[in-house]
Amino acid sequence: MPLLYTRYELLRTLRNRRFFLLSLGFPLVLYFVIVSPNRHVRNFDGSGVSFALYYMVGLATFGTMSAMLSCGARIAAERAVGWNRQLRITPLTPRAYFRVKVLTGYMMALISLLALYAAGASLGVSLPAGEWLKMTALILVGLIPFAALGIMLGHVLTPDSIGPAMGGGISLLALLGGVWFPLPSHGFLHDLAQYIPSYWLARASHVALGGAVWSTTGWVVMAAWTLVLGALAARAYRRDTGRI
Amino acid sequence: MSTITGESQPSTAGIRLSGLVKTFRGPDGPIRAVRGIDVEIAPGETVALLGPNGAGKSTTIDMLLGLLAPDEGSVSVFGRPPSEAVANGDVGGMLQTGELIRDLSVGELVAMMASLYPSPLRVEDALELSGVREIASQRTQKLSGGQTQRVRLAIALVSDPQLLVLDEPTVALDVEARQSFWTTMRAFAARGKTVVFATHYLEEADAYADRAVLMAHGVVVADGPPTEIRARVGTRTIRATLPSVDASELLGLPGISSAERRGEAVALRCTDSDVAIRALLSAYPDARDIEISAAGLEEAFLALTGDRDEGAAPRGADATSRGGED
Repeated sequence: MPLLYTRYELLRTLRNRRFFLLSLGFPLVLYFVIVSPNRHVRNFDGSGVSFALYYMVGLATFGTMSAMLSCGARIAAERAVGWNRQLRITPLTPRAYFRVKVLTGYMMALISLLALYAAGASLGVSLPAGEWLKMTALILVGLIPFAALGIMLGHVLTPDSIGPAMGGGISLLALLGGVWFPLPSHGFLHDLAQYIPSYWLARASHVALGGAVWSTTGWVVMAAWTLVLGALAARAYRRDTGRI
Repeated sequence: MSTITGESQPSTAGIRLSGLVKTFRGPDGPIRAVRGIDVEIAPGETVALLGPNGAGKSTTIDMLLGLLAPDEGSVSVFGRPPSEAVANGDVGGMLQTGELIRDLSVGELVAMMASLYPSPLRVEDALELSGVREIASQRTQKLSGGQTQRVRLAIALVSDPQLLVLDEPTVALDVEARQSFWTTMRAFAARGKTVVFATHYLEEADAYADRAVLMAHGVVVADGPPTEIRARVGTRTIRATLPSVDASELLGLPGISSAERRGEAVALRCTDSDVAIRALLSAYPDARDIEISAAGLEEAFLALTGDRDEGAAPRGADATSRGGED
């Protein structure tokens, strides 16, 4: 991976103030608003997880999804000014291009995640070190399909349309994934959620309950989304060589 | 003063465009943007692709750079496919539409791009050469149009490419900026680099290219030294109010190749307008409202190709180009 190129790409992303307001500030504010009055609830709505932990991971899911998909918004903006075509006449390989984009998304996701961990800790979330790590690892793995989704949308949509598309998409994924409230333990919503990547992301909070947080179904669903979205992203990139 | 370091090594194989054809799907049926182009460019040559909007210049350049795959024909850049030449860092380009990405300084952006190439120029040298050293610490989103173009040139030059491709690079520039742009480009070309640029300004082709390839309707209509091209397309027309003279009579005057009456006025297409105007005024001192105009490129090309059978000129992707002042 081209190091200097990557460094400037990260630097450039960090200098973008809008990101910090939307992807970082919004979930944080929401977290304090929702959790502060209910911080002593130990078993939230039968989930077995404390209120503070449930929403810490729920909003981390929301924030990291946004961070990953905002990578797509940046791609759309770069395409609109012809930058993507400029990159294609450099020796930067598509593989390196994707890696840098994914890495940028992960950096922003990690910042969002750490901010929510800090907020959670300040409202009484406490876990053994091993569980923090396990939870983080699950969230990072769970973000892979979203990285692919962001890149795909970035190469398909225009800067005008990607905002609404992402806003709607993230809200829907959050809702169906049980980010805002625990899903029923059976029935249609529960069954549907099994196929939705954000559900598995949000389930990382179950780390406090012990046992396997992701079932085999979870791993298979995530792998399938990664493969499908990855292929679609690669296809969108390949087809996207024209002037816009 | 050139501050470029490193030696260029022109390879023996130049650039070869053979039998290029590219058709786009348009709302009103297929748009045949490029309809069979054969051009060979020797290493070290500076070649202008000259033509009006819609001639297929940008489409040709996209194929030369490997951004578009031709429907038919092939492209070879220094003996390899364009994608390999690009991967090898042999090609620098300034595309027609393009702004810069935001949130970096000019210096940072040029350094970022330089880092992608195997043997780039020093960043300071590229900045100096493109005349953007003074604004190196400015953020890219705060630049004027002219400054942006110069930074884009710095990005194209910093790779120290063997082939520099410029697609209508001066469209957004004022006269002064245009001049210094070409001065930079000349200094670069003088180091044995191959330069291909697209333009719809005959003057630019004339002043800065060793050779002009004239394109219209997706084909090459002339290919030669710019002076030759200028003679072919640089016809002038004299218009004057001159009621009582027969057009055929005017055709007898020296320097005139065709004469046409339009009501009270006559339009005389000239092979030599200087000779023609003198002859006209001495033979017909009562001619008034005299106007001598150079044919626009578009008009000249139509005359040259005599090609109106296709109906409306095909609108290639070139149609998106911003118009110049002509």
